[in-house]
Amino acid sequence: MVLNIEQDYLRFRQIVRGKIKQDLKKYMSQGELIGKKGKDFVSIPIPQIEMPNFRFGRRNSGGVGQGDGEVGTPLAPGDVDDEGSGQAGNAPGGHILEVDLTMEELAQILAEELELPRIQPKGTNLIKTERDHYSQVSKVGPESLRHFKRTYKEALKRQITAGTYDPTNPYIVPIHEDKRYLSWKTKAKPESNALILYMMDVSGSMGDEQKEIVRIESFWIDTWIKTNYNGVVTRYIIHDAVAQEVDSDTFFHTRESGGTVISSAYELCNKIIEEEYPQELWNVYVFHFSDGDNWSGGDTDKCINLLKNVLLPKVNLFGYGQVESTYGSGQFIRELENNITDIDNLVTSRIENKDDIYQSIKDFLGKGK
Amino acid sequence: MTSMVAHSRGHCLTPELERVRVEIEQHARDYGLDFYKTIFEILDFEEMNMVAAYGGFPNRYPHWKFGMEYERLNKSYAYGLHKIYEMVINNDPCYAYLLECNHMVDQKIVMAHVHGHCDFFKNNIWFSKTNRKMMDTMANHATKTRKYIDKYGLDAVETFIDLCLSIDDLIDHHSPFIERRPRAAEPQDEAPVVKKLASSEYMDDYINPKEFIEQQKQKLEDERRKRRRFPEEPQKDVLLFLLENAPLENWQRDVLWMIREEAYYFAPQGQTKIMNEGWATYWHAKIMTERALTDAEVIDFADHHSGTVAMHPGQINPYKLGFELWKDIEDRWNKGKFGKDYDDCDDYVTKREWNKDVGLGRDKIFETRRVHNDITFIDAFFTEEFCNEHKFFIYQYNPERGVYEIADRNWKSVKMKLLAGLTNFGQPFIYVTDANFENRGELMLEHRWEGIDLRIDYAKDTLKNLYQIWSRPVHLKTAVEGKAKMFTFDGEKHIERKLDG
Repeated sequence: MVLNIEQDYLRFRQIVRGKIKQDLKKYMSQGELIGKKGKDFVSIPIPQIEMPNFRFGRRNSGGVGQGDGEVGTPLAPGDVDDEGSGQAGNAPGGHILEVDLTMEELAQILAEELELPRIQPKGTNLIKTERDHYSQVSKVGPESLRHFKRTYKEALKRQITAGTYDPTNPYIVPIHEDKRYLSWKTKAKPESNALILYMMDVSGSMGDEQKEIVRIESFWIDTWIKTNYNGVVTRYIIHDAVAQEVDSDTFFHTRESGGTVISSAYELCNKIIEEEYPQELWNVYVFHFSDGDNWSGGDTDKCINLLKNVLLPKVNLFGYGQVESTYGSGQFIRELENNITDIDNLVTSRIENKDDIYQSIKDFLGKGK
Repeated sequence: MTSMVAHSRGHCLTPELERVRVEIEQHARDYGLDFYKTIFEILDFEEMNMVAAYGGFPNRYPHWKFGMEYERLNKSYAYGLHKIYEMVINNDPCYAYLLECNHMVDQKIVMAHVHGHCDFFKNNIWFSKTNRKMMDTMANHATKTRKYIDKYGLDAVETFIDLCLSIDDLIDHHSPFIERRPRAAEPQDEAPVVKKLASSEYMDDYINPKEFIEQQKQKLEDERRKRRRFPEEPQKDVLLFLLENAPLENWQRDVLWMIREEAYYFAPQGQTKIMNEGWATYWHAKIMTERALTDAEVIDFADHHSGTVAMHPGQINPYKLGFELWKDIEDRWNKGKFGKDYDDCDDYVTKREWNKDVGLGRDKIFETRRVHNDITFIDAFFTEEFCNEHKFFIYQYNPERGVYEIADRNWKSVKMKLLAGLTNFGQPFIYVTDANFENRGELMLEHRWEGIDLRIDYAKDTLKNLYQIWSRPVHLKTAVEGKAKMFTFDGEKHIERKLDG
């Protein structure tokens, strides 16, 4: 029998992804995607759609509970049903459950949501590693790897066919031929490495909101690239009039002031790649975020030169994201777009506010480079 | 029954489980439980989640909401947040499901628990009007809906079901028991009387000319006709009203009918959740501890049972509340802790030590499970002693500290709060009061405001959905912060009006 519910489930997923019945999307409870910042876990709510009906507004009027405590004892936030009435008579369901997702699942959702193509690692220079998987069962092996269930099953089968199995006295005695052992298979695993290099303009015009955009966007880029490569190295460069390499904490929190000389960052970036990440072995992704207000036209020309002749041939992808700042956004993106037209691993994207992040990630990663 | 074999997805019981089933059933009968034949099936967790998403049935009409529930159950099972041990449906015969990988002791508990539910389904008055062949009916609903989908397209049918689900709680839970017939005879039409101006007899023809009087009479007559209401009485079963009066296609009427039928089928389970779960818990505890438990199973049983009746500070666990109430009732009626003498006694120690050895406990609980629903159950048996013993409290949001905190331990307030949450399932009372509002065929609904506002954005969207069914403007009278208001959806836009008085 076909599971009818599979169809209902597919239908629901389509609604969640906004493919059909967009009018229902507004009834969907959907939390912040970056929930808790654990090491490997991120909590996201399971999407639930509630059809509107006549119901009471949020009452904040509390409810009935049970347990110890004086009047005035606070309840732990998780203990309170926020719909707030302690209605035991209610039908089940209807509230949001938070579950922890692994990074892998998150990336899968990301891929589904954004329709990202899988990245094709550089073909010719794969490093192979070998790993053993205990995924097989064999008839010989050391006792320490004996597979009890399989052994039992074999013995049971043999006894039943032989007619020696007595249901009232179900003793199963395995003999040598029944024994099964776990065994391994060696798998060659292609290993490819990737470098993600972030550059950010920290000149006076980049405010906290702009940094927040960069932070969120780089989180998702990281997540996606990490699922496609085994060893991902991340490096950070900040620049105003001069560039320097920093750790991630500094990257997201420094506020410098001063002018903007973008070429300084590109030079440093080139130096890092040149010295440490030979392009035959590494997939290199470079992202640069700035408000695009470069110091001088002369420096912009220098940047374009650097990109065209030196950087772009070395990297899988160079993403330039221009963030709208309180001072408006600059010319840099237009200069790039006008002067570098025939190279497809340069992607530019305008990010005016947080809502644009979604589209911007799509711009950057949508090509599957 | 024969048709069910084809639908049924589960597997028969293993010989060992079958032996346990027979044993448990016998214990249940010995205690006086009375139930329809109960058929157990074994499902793996995926099948269990599927059936659970379908509300316990193997087959439902196609709709995304089941897929949504399925995903929720699957994910929460996969992450270890939630596991369905038991499921049983009110049908003759009753169907119950066992989870394949459970321990034997869990299966025993589930079987005992299920027999409690089955007894409740069969004997509680609120279930007496439910369709006992719902398994077949649900399958029919599924088939019919599929047929409509083939004919009218998935989008059309699904969208209409969405509309219906938006109002499927607008039913009248008490209507199966009360004949709500329209008043037998129309009240006698009294000819309208036109007030005349006072005048002496000989001046009358001049002060109150005949033509004018006639004209006024006609006017009054017209107004009276206009005012005549339809429906005559406010009607709570909005679904029925729409079925009978909304301009629907035949298939739409049929779908709406199915949704309504299912809503009425599930309603008693909502009305008796505390009693029913408590009753089943009471009986699994009783059967297991007194009869079925082996020495080796004691620890596992205790673990499982304590999970079932676990308390969470900010929530009411219906299993726990019901279970404790049933035990309390039995104990009180065994000891004669009821009646005038007991109520009038105000000595704490005497009351506590009260024992007249009347032994009426068992009779009392069986009687109670027959005639009560959650509201009357709490109302009759939630006593001061019970409240204090089980440490109930009311919590409230304290805006100064930004937390919920314990606000009150007075048993009367606790009881009021419990009852308020149960009344009409904690949902607002909505009636159809006029289907010919302003003499324009517009639908007027009224919310009986009792101090708590509706959620306005949802109410507006629900009006919009209702409009699609009624196809004329739809109004809702309610109150916002105590001030009477009327919300309207006229087909294009929402209108909000203040009402005086």
